[in-house]
Amino acid sequence: MGRIITRDECLKLIPQRDPFRFVDEISLLDEKQVVGHYRWREDHEFYRGHFPGNPVTPGVLLVECMAQCSVVPMALYLSYRDHEEAAQITTLFTDATMDFLGVVLPGQRVTVRAEPLFYRRRKLRVRAEMKLEDGAVVCNGELAGLGVFT
Amino acid sequence: METSEIQGRVLKILTPYVKDNSALENAGAETNILEDMKVNSARLVDVVLAFEDEFDIEIADEDVDSVNTVGDCVTLISEKLS
Repeated sequence: MGRIITRDECLKLIPQRDPFRFVDEISLLDEKQVVGHYRWREDHEFYRGHFPGNPVTPGVLLVECMAQCSVVPMALYLSYRDHEEAAQITTLFTDATMDFLGVVLPGQRVTVRAEPLFYRRRKLRVRAEMKLEDGAVVCNGELAGLGVFT
Repeated sequence: METSEIQGRVLKILTPYVKDNSALENAGAETNILEDMKVNSARLVDVVLAFEDEFDIEIADEDVDSVNTVGDCVTLISEKLS
């Protein structure tokens, strides 16, 4: 058996770093739920091209943000809980099914809430939803990742 | 439950994950799920969970390690049903 990691510890363990880090805070984390937050910096380079004069956060990065705020921290939590060798496990994206209902503009903060659908053989699938600060839903769907030994 | 019925239901569950449709059309007990059907190995857990739901059985993680072919799936499910 492993051990229970804290939210702060989990945040530090998330391997993605700038300029590909899209999680600022984990405000809730246990085996049944995870809540993560990220504010989209206005100086992100990709806004220059997506789209010129009309910056909108790319959907593919919203999905990555969803993963970093949900699958990645929850997989870390469950890996450390179940495996003594958790530090050697990296969770890689396997698939996602997502519906987009709104857009995220530069400077906006999003909150991602997710619950696990299953965690077996180091594979985690979650149902997740991203909202803006006013409660408007940006996107929702399912994401999955598989823990591999590295 | 007849072996043929189990195999038919197994193939139906595998269908959305199969990348090589010709292997699916010619599938038999010896058809390898990963090598012939080109199912992504990361999807195997989803497949096993679908087996559990479809047949109302529980499959231990260690049992999954011995599953390579369609026939292996049928044998494992038959054992769990009996």
